[in-house]
Amino acid sequence: MTTSYETREHDVLIIGAGGAGLRAAIEALAKGASVGVVCKSLLGKAHTVMAEGGIAAAMANVDAADGWQPHFRDTMRGGKFLNNWRMAQLHAQEAPDRVRELEQWGALFDRTDKGAILQRAFGGHTYKRLCHVGDRTGLEMIRTLQDRGVQLGFDVYMECTVTRLLTDGGRLAGAFGYWRENGRFIVFKAKSVVIATGGIGKAWPVTSNSWEYTGDGMTLAYQAGAELMDMEFVQFHPTGMVWPPGVQGLLVTEAVRGEGGILRNKLGERFMEKYDPQRMELSTRDVVARSIYTEVKEGRGTEHGGAYLDISHKPAEYVKKKLPSMYHQFKELADVDITKGPMEVGPTCHYVMGGIRVEAETAQSTLPGLFAAGEAAAGLHGSNRLGGNSLSDLLVFGRRAGLGAAEHAKRVSYTGVSEAQIAEAEKELLAPFSNPNSESPYAVHRDLQKVMQSLVGIFRTEEDLKKAFAELEQLKTRAAQASVEGSRLFNPGWHLASELKSMLTVSEAVALSALARTESRGAHSRIDYPNYDPVWEKKHNIIVREGVEMKRRESAVEEMPDELKQLAMAD
Amino acid sequence: MSDATLRVFRGVGTVGGQTVDYTVPVAPGMVVLDALHYIQGHLAPDLAVRWNCKAGKCGSCSAEVNGRPRLTCKTRMDDLPKDQPITVMPMKSFPRIKDLVTDVSWNYQVNKKIPAFHPHQNTDWKISQIDVDRVQEFRKCIECFLCQDVCHVIREHDAKAKFGGPRFFVRVAGLELHPLDAGNRVGLLKEELGIGLCNITKCCTEVCPEEIHITDNAIIPLKERVVDQFYDPLTMLFRKIRGQ
Repeated sequence: MTTSYETREHDVLIIGAGGAGLRAAIEALAKGASVGVVCKSLLGKAHTVMAEGGIAAAMANVDAADGWQPHFRDTMRGGKFLNNWRMAQLHAQEAPDRVRELEQWGALFDRTDKGAILQRAFGGHTYKRLCHVGDRTGLEMIRTLQDRGVQLGFDVYMECTVTRLLTDGGRLAGAFGYWRENGRFIVFKAKSVVIATGGIGKAWPVTSNSWEYTGDGMTLAYQAGAELMDMEFVQFHPTGMVWPPGVQGLLVTEAVRGEGGILRNKLGERFMEKYDPQRMELSTRDVVARSIYTEVKEGRGTEHGGAYLDISHKPAEYVKKKLPSMYHQFKELADVDITKGPMEVGPTCHYVMGGIRVEAETAQSTLPGLFAAGEAAAGLHGSNRLGGNSLSDLLVFGRRAGLGAAEHAKRVSYTGVSEAQIAEAEKELLAPFSNPNSESPYAVHRDLQKVMQSLVGIFRTEEDLKKAFAELEQLKTRAAQASVEGSRLFNPGWHLASELKSMLTVSEAVALSALARTESRGAHSRIDYPNYDPVWEKKHNIIVREGVEMKRRESAVEEMPDELKQLAMAD
Repeated sequence: MSDATLRVFRGVGTVGGQTVDYTVPVAPGMVVLDALHYIQGHLAPDLAVRWNCKAGKCGSCSAEVNGRPRLTCKTRMDDLPKDQPITVMPMKSFPRIKDLVTDVSWNYQVNKKIPAFHPHQNTDWKISQIDVDRVQEFRKCIECFLCQDVCHVIREHDAKAKFGGPRFFVRVAGLELHPLDAGNRVGLLKEELGIGLCNITKCCTEVCPEEIHITDNAIIPLKERVVDQFYDPLTMLFRKIRGQ
């Protein structure tokens, strides 16, 4: 039997209020749908605010030779050809319009001498391509989208967590969740649902991600029967802070390197000369992260186990102007003046290329009526994402998901929500209150992070991954026994107990996919299989639920049309 | 590694509650938010705290540390006196929900009153960097609401019904000074946002973690616009003649 809950109805329900969710909401509203946006935090606090470097869009304001074709080529090459080619094409073609749209809604970007939007260099991008606002581009973007959405009139459910999608036969019926403030339940009836919940970084201890990044959206989709894809590809950003301990993992924007920052080891060697002499510091993130890791492992790391990143050769005023938040971050948190000396940096878990498998044009998952966009979706970035391609991803595919969801909502009617499913969701959510007091969710989380960092990190082996499975099994048992103190009123321990299940699900998906892929490609590096394997270049790992079992399948990479193939291969 | 005592407010709802002392081991470079996380992870798993980025970029973890409104993620333990407990209280100007979490929904209601960016017609979207620089200061705001918390119009006089608060004067300044904006929010500033209630004590400017010159660069120029539009003698005379 169910306890009391409130019910809300929306044509389109969007879970997540970062760049992708808000852009989807705006588009669905523009198409006349009634839209509800659910977010775990307050509006405007989503992880998008942390994006620093910029939005990649081939506007050719600085380098006239740029166009969608070079952007497409860079994206495919950066992803080592595992990308969904159609997504990469749409992304490169549509990103400039999406940026112009932001400007028309009030965003103010840095300018060129001629008054156009200024663009900066970034790793893996052939041309200066990143539209930016100093190093706080994400804040500008989210504030602009947030205000646009408020103006158009969406309903926002702040500090509300969805724990289950409701289905009716093979159809999506809505979602079940709870208010974080008072622990009361809420049921959403919806014709379409868009998942825009971001990534999974909180399964690792050294991460640039906030507490929200627990893989909820991917888990919701997986539990409802949708497919996940490419989960082995987890991006470790090369430059996180390494000291002091409290800030370990905090992001140091790639814009530091974009603006001319140089990496050195403790011997003063510019080590990128060894690993990628052509592109040096502006090589792709997978290469730079592995290079720093290798330098440290071979004994050439800095005092606190990182590399030096130095921008102090640039005029102090320039550094403060172009990298203001980095200047303050290091000054206030690490007592380092980056205009005078180097920063200490090391890899930090940053982004997952894998996620919910979607169709390129509509962003619809394999479950009709369920859509996904942004980091929660897979496909665009292949095995490695280029910096700046995330913000453009949010805009391009957020819009497409909103459009797809609104159109789907026009074609279908509301279907009933199942009381049995709601009762089950309630029971699961409340279990930690009745478990005998044995296991702290915080302790399980800490142990999960240890497992993922040591066994499913930058470099992987069969032995480690198998060990990880055994550990994850034990952690699942412990998570099921997690118990919480206190009441349902704003209780973070209880919230974490629920999020642990999501983190364990995505962690298992990562480990399962990583074990299967017996090659090294992009962000997935196997010490026991250090080379590319042409067979694996043609295959995606797909993760699906069968009963309570997680199963892995393989699926062929879709062939590019010849003209795009030529474009991608051309020098 | 030494220990510190955190004296943290615990309580549910707007009345009652008390501070509770927790002993926390201090690591180098630790911030107050780290200490609160330690308490959650080891001593009081149901301690309610808002936070997100832990990097001073999202403005979620606002509280009053040793009586001063601050972001707990940017408040270093080694900057605080070691010989006395560190008190951590919720923001005083907003209704308490639980522990350090307050109800800040009033801010979102104020925001809804402000008309969005409205571009000039037929613009070519060319903007000079100087014009951008002038406005970007206001757009740095991370909505931590510390300025709202410290503003005496809200804190002492609870004039929320007729006042917008520094955060939203900053937002209006960002729109009014946008080089391509054609809107006019001066009437709104005077009436619904009650900018006249501000008597420029600069408390807001002092607590702003983004170092926005709220009083000098946002509020005073906006007050001048209100005066120009509503109290200029010539304009007033003109209005009288026109019968408006």
